[in-house]
Amino acid sequence: MIRFDSVSVTYAGQSRPTLADVDLFVPEGELVLVMGSTGCGKTTLLRAINGLVPHFSGGTLRGRVTVDGRDTATHKPRDLADVVGFVGQDPVAGFVTDNVEDELAYGMESLGLPPATMRKRVEETLDLLGLADLRGRPLVQLSGGQQQRVAIGSVLTTHPRVLVLDEPTSALDPLAAEDVLSTLQRLVHDLGLTVVLAEHRLERVVQHADRIIWLPGAAQPPVDGDPATVLAGTPIAPPVVELGRAVGWQPLPLTVRDARRRSADLRERLAGTSPPAHLAPELGEVVADAQALVAGYGRRVVLGGIDLTVRTGEVVALMGRNGAGKSTLLRTLVGLHPARTGSVTAEPAGLVPQVPADLLYAATVADECSGSDRDAGVAPGTTRALFDRLAPEVPIDRHPRDLSEGQKLTLALAVVLTGAPRVVLLDEPTRGLDYTAKRRLVDVLRELAATDHAIVLATHDVELVAEVATRVVVLADGEVVADGSAPEVVVSSPAFAPQVAKVMAPQPWLTAHDVVAAL
Amino acid sequence: MRPQHHLTHPRVLHPGAWWLWSLGLAAAASRTTNPVPLVLIIVVTWFVVQLRRGDNPWAASYAMFFKLALLVIAIHVVFQALLSTQSQGLTVLFTLPEITLPASTGIKIGGVVTLEAVLNAVYFGLQLAAIFCCIGAANALGSARRLLRYMPAALYEIGIAAVIALTFAPQLVTDAGRVRSAAKLRGSRRGLGQFGRLAMPIVEGALERSVDLAAAMDSRGYGRTTAESPAARRVTAGLVLTGSFGVLVGVYGLLTAHGFGVPLLALGVVLGVVGLRLGGRRSGRTRYRPDPWALPELLAVGCGVVAATLMFVTASRHPELLSLASPTDLPPVPLLACLGILVGLLPAFVTPPLPDTSGVREDGSR
Repeated sequence: MIRFDSVSVTYAGQSRPTLADVDLFVPEGELVLVMGSTGCGKTTLLRAINGLVPHFSGGTLRGRVTVDGRDTATHKPRDLADVVGFVGQDPVAGFVTDNVEDELAYGMESLGLPPATMRKRVEETLDLLGLADLRGRPLVQLSGGQQQRVAIGSVLTTHPRVLVLDEPTSALDPLAAEDVLSTLQRLVHDLGLTVVLAEHRLERVVQHADRIIWLPGAAQPPVDGDPATVLAGTPIAPPVVELGRAVGWQPLPLTVRDARRRSADLRERLAGTSPPAHLAPELGEVVADAQALVAGYGRRVVLGGIDLTVRTGEVVALMGRNGAGKSTLLRTLVGLHPARTGSVTAEPAGLVPQVPADLLYAATVADECSGSDRDAGVAPGTTRALFDRLAPEVPIDRHPRDLSEGQKLTLALAVVLTGAPRVVLLDEPTRGLDYTAKRRLVDVLRELAATDHAIVLATHDVELVAEVATRVVVLADGEVVADGSAPEVVVSSPAFAPQVAKVMAPQPWLTAHDVVAAL
Repeated sequence: MRPQHHLTHPRVLHPGAWWLWSLGLAAAASRTTNPVPLVLIIVVTWFVVQLRRGDNPWAASYAMFFKLALLVIAIHVVFQALLSTQSQGLTVLFTLPEITLPASTGIKIGGVVTLEAVLNAVYFGLQLAAIFCCIGAANALGSARRLLRYMPAALYEIGIAAVIALTFAPQLVTDAGRVRSAAKLRGSRRGLGQFGRLAMPIVEGALERSVDLAAAMDSRGYGRTTAESPAARRVTAGLVLTGSFGVLVGVYGLLTAHGFGVPLLALGVVLGVVGLRLGGRRSGRTRYRPDPWALPELLAVGCGVVAATLMFVTASRHPELLSLASPTDLPPVPLLACLGILVGLLPAFVTPPLPDTSGVREDGSR
């Protein structure tokens, strides 16, 4: 279905190719996962499939890409619209119309299909993706998972043979992500669609993939094979695979179910060992305190009476579905949003927003650092010293927009830390981060907590919570529904349990690292 | 009779019908400064909006336009009272401290405020306010965005640009708010330099988003069927442009009672229609579920036309009924014009009700 013949892509103004000598063949009806760290060329590979690279992006493509027999050299993306459906990273950015039904019809209108066909296909797609109840709704009112399903539906109506998705679940909470992925699974199994998707959150996707293409980066050729084989050798892997590797299971388990069936011995061996408690080593003074906190927008109450006390040394993870009030709580703690009733006190608090680039304005990293020193009124060089400690390898003459997501986050964190906050708040910090950047972030957060800071992070990333949180607070509908140590709260929860906890249940182990340390 | 002709068959009325109806009322408002028909027009638009608006986000826009209308009246009154060039009338309400500018400017600030001046300002403001309310009603009932779907195929590109602009403007506001609050977190100061600094990430974000959108549209087949030669495109564009210019000059001629009005208007319309037809024929796009244009649409437009016509008839026969000789007189009631405006109320009843989108099961139970 898709064939790459020794394809290399070099963008304008770059000396080294982003993709080099890629030979690939994807047969019909496969779900292929493209993985690799940030900047390894995943997006370039995906965009080459429908001709956006090089027709839209510029640069030079050597070799040949054919999809369903059509060569992308002679077919522009619009000529491939009936063969390849492409869903970009941010579904909202790709919406052309304003309600669900029109959005589904847009592609067909462009292709000039007869109205009767359009009506039929819109109805079929609404049913296929479970969107029938939402048909007339404005797109901006939908939740993230619904928007993602509309984006998928809007390319399905032209009946493509291939579906290409760039990080379809990175912005979604675990259950919405599961929803989108099972939709894709159904499309592959029922309609024989070929699906190619890139994703950082391997733990969500690996179990659905028939095949993995791993791009090691540095323009090395991709490694291509069935998931168990490829994951045996990659530096990045989902926790269940890490556990399998550490314990030496052969072949590697890819799903919680596989691992659970293999883990009977392991659980027996560890029955007498008590897992680490994931508690803060020592609690300091109270630095943030909310009592009976109510906040909202207009008549909508977002936080309905929150009690939360945070002490230094703690890493508190705020969890809950999209719209549960996590971001509003952070904004209220830092003083950006007024409390309606109740009290909030927070020692100097610093918030790293969901989009770290919102904090970055200058043309180079060096300017950004000196600007931040002036804003905070501290000695010149303070931000720079902080940033160098957090990310020593980043060239300081780089434009902040050209940094990777992980580097942007680090720079924003350095800017926030310049204000010497005692409470550091992070909103969804692992969005778009690869495993390496995430590990880096975990180290930084641990170090901050150990040096008399309190950390509060709002996140959907259960594996991050398992790694770093000393306390988990679950919000639902603006209320605290659970508050306790990480093992207490997440192990029994179907949505928030990390993979290792699911494998080892009922023993409360959270990470592969914990298990290995105990053996 | 097909269901779309029934007045009681629930469906959404064609947005174009609402716009023509409200344009009729606006045209009526433009012909009078008599507060009686003006207030009646505002009441009529409000009533129809209350009965026929949906639950979509733009349906709330009437309230916004109404507030804007009140603001217009207020501004009118303040300026009239403060910046009167000469005294208008004898009924002195109060006297403000006066600043006299050099006589050559012909302006004085403050001074005597008369009842006549204030009433005059209120009446003129009221006229603008009524027109604002008409536009607000059109927006609330048939959103501009839905109307853009009916752009002639030859102007499709312009239509899509307008739709994207309609989406981008609110997003830009959201982005600006986000970046500003982030800047507050950094503890940065306010000021003009600060504005330049913050504009950077906002503009960059908007640019990135437009590139994303362009990529998405290209991947979804945008522009695939409009494979016409550049020459043909130029002919279409030329015809449409000359046509619209002709229409503009023609309308100007009509309003200022020049002789060239009617022929130029007719010529402009013909050129424009030919251009749109030519361009439309080449586009291979199809349209998904266009709103039908049926009896209720005709009735709604008809009501607007009646309102405008009766006002124009009154204006030519009894102009003294529509503009007051002295603002302090009790305003007369132009019966014919008011009757027309009341006909404009009918669409609240003769258009189909909106379909109920709340969860009612097929057997009728909830």
